[in-house]
Amino acid sequence: MATKASRAAARVMISPAVLLLLGWMIVPLALTLYFSFLRYNLLMPGMEEFTGWDNYSYFLSDPAFTAALTNTLLLVGGVLLITTVGGVLLGLLLDQPFWGQGIVRILVIAPFFVMPTVSALVWKNMFMNPVNGLFAHAFKALGLAPYDFLSQAPLLSIIGIVSWQWLPFATLILLTALQSLDQDQLEAAEMDGASALSRFWYIMLPHLARSITVVILIQTIFLLSVFAEILVTTNGGPGTASTNLTYLIYMQSLLQFDVGMGSAGGVVAIILANIVAIFLMRMIGKNLEA
Amino acid sequence: MARAVTNRRKLIVTVAAWAVGIAIFFPILWTVILSFKSEGDAIKTPLEVLSSAWTFESYATVQERSNYVRHFWNSVVISLGSTLLGLIIAIPAAWAMAFVPGKQTKNVLMWMLSTKMLPPVGVLVPIYLIFRDVGLLDTKTGLVIVLTLINLPIIVWMLYTYFKEIPGEILEAARMDGASLRNELIHVLTPMAVPGIASTVLLNIILAWNEAFWTLNLTAAKAAPLTAFIASYSSPEGLFYAKLSAASTMAIAPILIMGWFSQKQLVRGLTFGAVK
Amino acid sequence: MTLSFRALMGACAMGALCTAAAAQSTTITVATVNNGDMIRMQGLMDAFNEAHPDITVEWVTLEENVLRQRVTQDVATKGGQFDVMTIGTYEVPIWGERGWLVSLDDLPESYDVDDILPAIRGGLTVDGSLYAAPFYGESSMVMYRRDLMEAAGMEMPDAPTWEFIKEAAAAMTDKGNEVYGICLRGKAGWGENMAFLSAMANSYGARWFDMDWKPQFDSEEWKATLTDYLELMNEYGPPGASSNGFNENLALFQSGKCGMWIDATVAASFVTNPDESTVADQVGFALAPDNGLGKRGNWLWAWNLGIPAGTQNEEAAKTFVEWATSKEYTALVAEKEGWANVPPGTRQSLYDNQEYLDAAPFAQMTLESINAADPQNPTVDDVPYVGVQFVAIPEFQGIGTAVGQQFSAALAGQVSAEQALSMAQQLTEREMTRAGYIK
Repeated sequence: MATKASRAAARVMISPAVLLLLGWMIVPLALTLYFSFLRYNLLMPGMEEFTGWDNYSYFLSDPAFTAALTNTLLLVGGVLLITTVGGVLLGLLLDQPFWGQGIVRILVIAPFFVMPTVSALVWKNMFMNPVNGLFAHAFKALGLAPYDFLSQAPLLSIIGIVSWQWLPFATLILLTALQSLDQDQLEAAEMDGASALSRFWYIMLPHLARSITVVILIQTIFLLSVFAEILVTTNGGPGTASTNLTYLIYMQSLLQFDVGMGSAGGVVAIILANIVAIFLMRMIGKNLEA
Repeated sequence: MARAVTNRRKLIVTVAAWAVGIAIFFPILWTVILSFKSEGDAIKTPLEVLSSAWTFESYATVQERSNYVRHFWNSVVISLGSTLLGLIIAIPAAWAMAFVPGKQTKNVLMWMLSTKMLPPVGVLVPIYLIFRDVGLLDTKTGLVIVLTLINLPIIVWMLYTYFKEIPGEILEAARMDGASLRNELIHVLTPMAVPGIASTVLLNIILAWNEAFWTLNLTAAKAAPLTAFIASYSSPEGLFYAKLSAASTMAIAPILIMGWFSQKQLVRGLTFGAVK
Repeated sequence: MTLSFRALMGACAMGALCTAAAAQSTTITVATVNNGDMIRMQGLMDAFNEAHPDITVEWVTLEENVLRQRVTQDVATKGGQFDVMTIGTYEVPIWGERGWLVSLDDLPESYDVDDILPAIRGGLTVDGSLYAAPFYGESSMVMYRRDLMEAAGMEMPDAPTWEFIKEAAAAMTDKGNEVYGICLRGKAGWGENMAFLSAMANSYGARWFDMDWKPQFDSEEWKATLTDYLELMNEYGPPGASSNGFNENLALFQSGKCGMWIDATVAASFVTNPDESTVADQVGFALAPDNGLGKRGNWLWAWNLGIPAGTQNEEAAKTFVEWATSKEYTALVAEKEGWANVPPGTRQSLYDNQEYLDAAPFAQMTLESINAADPQNPTVDDVPYVGVQFVAIPEFQGIGTAVGQQFSAALAGQVSAEQALSMAQQLTEREMTRAGYIK
């Protein structure tokens, strides 16, 4: 259908975006790759030398690496689970008719607008602080000992904070999807005596599948590189209990200024991210075709 | 009878929905409340906090300590600039992908998205060195470029899903009438795409406004946006809840208000073509 | 005055309106840490602007860890974003040696460089050249609540032992009323919990490395240090101690929740300031504890202003550094904010000033603590490094923070003291081998 001319035009139109992104990807990537084979510490200039796979073997054999890998998966998985399940439930609730829909919607969407740094600071200090935080006050009012969230359950606390930021996003997409559902179909099913659960399972959920994939895809992209929340709240600790891959690389390259090792970590992270990406694309590509 | 049941049901749903809404919004609300309290009152128990005196003193202190206007202005310029630049690059690309899809279109799109998965910390030092050499450190231009590149995949994808929904027949008709490619783009396509572009713009402004890694690392004084403003209030000495709350409120209020006013548009855009 | 100045700045930011006005003036960018003294200086800039109308100062105020990362990255890559950097005693010798800082040997007579306390000045001098000017100096000491001590029926000696500290902490703790006998740093970081723990370890006869750069975490001395620290904190410390740094502890102490706090001497002026502290009139001071081995558990630190080599505005930067660390600035703060708020710990003349001694009950103890620290010989046994609470090698930031993570995990109860020490030993050995110290 498309003519040769329009194909050529199309190529011209896509190329700025593609070239820019290629440049954005390749230039730093090439430098990172190059640095990753150097012994390169910013604090020791003039000592750069080729070290082969040294940086990689040190990075991969660092006990913190396995911990960081697990934490990254737990963090991404945990937040995805909470936000999609929570999003579906909230979507179902908000899809019902009730008074003040507009205002409630405004309340629900708000966390999405908050800077990650701000939300982490607010949660850490005003809520989770074991002495002056709101949760501590609540625990005390109930006669319980204050719970120290960030040192007793650091990763879980961070999952909670990040979920709070992303729940609105999931909820709104899923709510919009629910609203587009054919009401006649639901009513027909109800007439036929289908229970609420089976209506949800056989009609609503399949309808939502596509939106859920989008939620998962977009969130994964952002969640793989969660950083500010960890930096502000726990600094990756205690120990390495809340260090994810991004934070580990940050520690190597920007706290120890070991650019060589940090770059090796960066390359490893890029490879892992691409594995996740391919996996996601496979799973989602199919769903998006439909 | 049926009506009574509906009303009772509606009441229950109303209570539940409001409870959830308020719970989700509560951290923001609490921050705003604390920002109007004195430092000494801000760490008291919730009931004491609510009954204590209201004051603007934290806002005054923050205003005195930091140049809020400049940080705010930098945030505005950077987020608007990167959004505009992103649109200029993304609209043609998305248009071509949507209307002249080739075999590789899907792959190109997915590849673009995958560039977003690169961990920024891994490439900070190379970028820093490049920026130093071309003199882009601590400039708004530099940040506009970086943020454009970071958010470009999202912009392209959102626009692509929008453009795809525009029926091809209209374009065919326009072509029949002898419209040139340029005219097709400007007179036929653009008006139909405005809602989609609007929501893309909104989302992108939010993402750019809240980006805190590059904006913090590539700026010093001149180009530092609100994310850097906040960084100077994290765990300072002594009591700081009220000041932190005031600074936080000042940093998020503009984007929150913009978001609320445009939330209908935004929500439409957020679906990324997932809802037909 | 301030208001119109700010308005002008705002206008500058919004357009090129003031290019003409800015043409003959130099703008310098100062990176600084968000602590009280630095913020106070920003409020007193009118005096500087009046004296030097041709210099405009732009501030970049950041939290300590972010600041350190930003300035190190900038100086090492010669990014040139800052003209003046606030740096610690750890950075100055390393940077000075590499030629990253402008030497300050040509300060005028009136600056009276010989007035700077020898312990502090020594730490900022490389091969006889001064590379940064101290803004304030600190050691660490015990701050305690006199009322609680009295209620516990005890009396704090001027130079307590660790044994006494433990007894006092036990006697003062009243968890039901949220009073914790002792608050100490627990947050991971070489400048946070490791600053305290390294200094404490010195007084226990422990050391970071032996003369062959072999890490010593497998020694009995370190084990005793960490065990005692954990016991103190678990039994008598506040909840959530593993995320408490200087600032968190300061807030706790000011709100009356700590019986004792062993930390930086600069905290003294905050905890005795009635505007901020609910316990201002009840604070007593004592030297950091010891174990009778000849070393006390106190550190030595100074925040200094340094000028990165290669800045375009070296002259203006020097003018500013000279002003900010001068006797005149001290007098200015005294006049505007009172003697108790003067940046302490850098000049002998301050401690000879009766007005200051009257206004600052902690002055004598601060000076004694600073003089008691010896960065050249920090430990009981010989070591190949200098630095009390740090080891002045570039690798230390990374190692110190990683070890700090382990000890912080031990404090949070995730690992035992033995596990934390053996992890610390392993990772330090690994890094030191990688860096080529251990052959």
